[in-house]
Amino acid sequence: MRLAEAWRVALDALRANRLRSVLTMLGVVIGVAAVVALVGIGTGTKQQIEQQVEGLGSNLLLVVPGRLEAGSAPAASTMNMDDADAVARVVGDRDRVAVTIASGETVRAGSRSAFASMQGVLETTPTVFVRALDRGTYLTRTDVTTGRRVAVLGAGTAATLFGDRDPIGRQITIGGVRFRVIGTFERLGQSLGVDRDSEVHVPVTAAQRLLGTDRIDGLAIRAPDRERIGELSTAVVQTLSDRHPDTDFSAVTQEQILGVLGDILGVLTGVLAAIAGISLLVGGVGVSNIMLVSVRERTKEIGLRKAVGARPRDIGVQFLLEAVLLTTIGGVLGMALGVTAALLVDRFSPVPAAITWWSLVLAFGVSAFVGIVFGVVPAQRAGRLDPVVALRTE
Amino acid sequence: MTAPAIVATDISRTYDLDGVSVPALRGVSLTIEPSDYVAIVGTSGSGKSTLMHLLGGLDRPSGGTLLIGGRDVSTLNPAEMAKLRNETIGFVFQSFHLLARTTARDNVALPLVYRGAGRRERRDRATAMLERVGLAHRLDHRPNQMSGGEQQRVAIARALVTDPSVLLADEPTGNLDSTTGQSVLALLESLNSDGVAVVLVTHDRDVAARAQRQIVMRDGVIVP
Repeated sequence: MRLAEAWRVALDALRANRLRSVLTMLGVVIGVAAVVALVGIGTGTKQQIEQQVEGLGSNLLLVVPGRLEAGSAPAASTMNMDDADAVARVVGDRDRVAVTIASGETVRAGSRSAFASMQGVLETTPTVFVRALDRGTYLTRTDVTTGRRVAVLGAGTAATLFGDRDPIGRQITIGGVRFRVIGTFERLGQSLGVDRDSEVHVPVTAAQRLLGTDRIDGLAIRAPDRERIGELSTAVVQTLSDRHPDTDFSAVTQEQILGVLGDILGVLTGVLAAIAGISLLVGGVGVSNIMLVSVRERTKEIGLRKAVGARPRDIGVQFLLEAVLLTTIGGVLGMALGVTAALLVDRFSPVPAAITWWSLVLAFGVSAFVGIVFGVVPAQRAGRLDPVVALRTE
Repeated sequence: MTAPAIVATDISRTYDLDGVSVPALRGVSLTIEPSDYVAIVGTSGSGKSTLMHLLGGLDRPSGGTLLIGGRDVSTLNPAEMAKLRNETIGFVFQSFHLLARTTARDNVALPLVYRGAGRRERRDRATAMLERVGLAHRLDHRPNQMSGGEQQRVAIARALVTDPSVLLADEPTGNLDSTTGQSVLALLESLNSDGVAVVLVTHDRDVAARAQRQIVMRDGVIVP
């Protein structure tokens, strides 16, 4: 039998049982759609976060106390401003070093209040981390050395406290202490569901006084030379370790963060795809089931076809094509549904989604493969039917 | 003298039912010549259906030698058997066995599909064959739009479309009223006179009486 003829016969058979074909396909449609949509969401999230991390610049070095290993508890910091000065001497440029001490605080302006991350920082922060101001000015070196109570608001905090009014020059209180707003940041958006705009930057000295401590949580360095970032990292960790023999320090680059995040999000995407894959598998079992029923129902037809000259292979191919048609048509419909779902999610929810060509190819390939795998047994059964027995079946 | 279409020498067929051997045919020899019109008669269980399945190459004998179109079926695999059936044998069944959602023309063309014939050739030959059995006006009708007699004629056209040497008809008039049955038999006879061997399996004595030769089966052997 010619293959084109076999396709026509298979398509006819599916058309003869429209409702059943559609219901059988539905399992595959849902499976493929789930794979495409969930992989799209996983990929979109990964891309968004990678962009945000890449936005930090490739020669950023973050220094934190403790070992940066999976499963290790975050260590309490023993670093203070003297350590920051020592690191600045290693780097050779104070402007390339930023420090931070962070604390969640309630910020009030008049009757309004907002919960925000208060960050005690140096005036170097906007250059070390690339941060753009929306309005006003950032902290100055004098603000830091004198511990002046001035604050720069994140876009979210500014909006909550002041709405459309210009916050510059207005009074706020952080933990009950009065500060004056001198600037606001441009909006950053969310990452992994965390609002990055709910923050208040104040001079590190003012923050330390407010919190009653002289420690800092961590350091960030913008390395002058990308090639020698490894050397610098070693030197900085060595300096800090000499000053605090009992504490471990870790320095991580943007690439390392990207690597770790990429791994985590890759696993997440994989898990989502696997869960969706299970539903595709269930769809495949449904196809197999229906094909077995179909073979039994059409035993007489198989007997007749054999009597007039169909070889076992001709019959097997006919039924295999039916299964493959079911899953590939289902696969195409599922792809369309999955892409639509991902685009809707991307547009109407805060969750990003990106369709990648490989996820489409994969989903289509898997659905065709499922058709072959789950179609083989029914097809073989049909092909091996004894024509005498088949013709006698009523 | 042309070669015989089918030569069976002492063929037997034993079925294995749950470990028990049940002989359905025990030592049958017969020859079908290209011009034969043979009726195989017998009660149910006499082995006549088994014999017909063997003569048609749908089944293989457990013992003895069976030559169909000069080929020993014991040497053929299932695919080769299918090819042999396609080229040598035409089947006509009691219950017609037409594909339900398929037009008369496509039903008739079905054996040509398995021969790899092109669409145009299939169409032309199927049309010609339906004209020959007097159904030129039913080309695009489906089985449920035709009478029993017409359906059986479609089945006969299907059996003939491959130009076989033997037409095997299993109770071809069994599901038809007597008038329609008569016309179907007349058709078979005219085909026989055109040079196709016809082997008719029936339990109807009147039908059998019209054949040139009668083979009576009982308990798996030919009654002399």
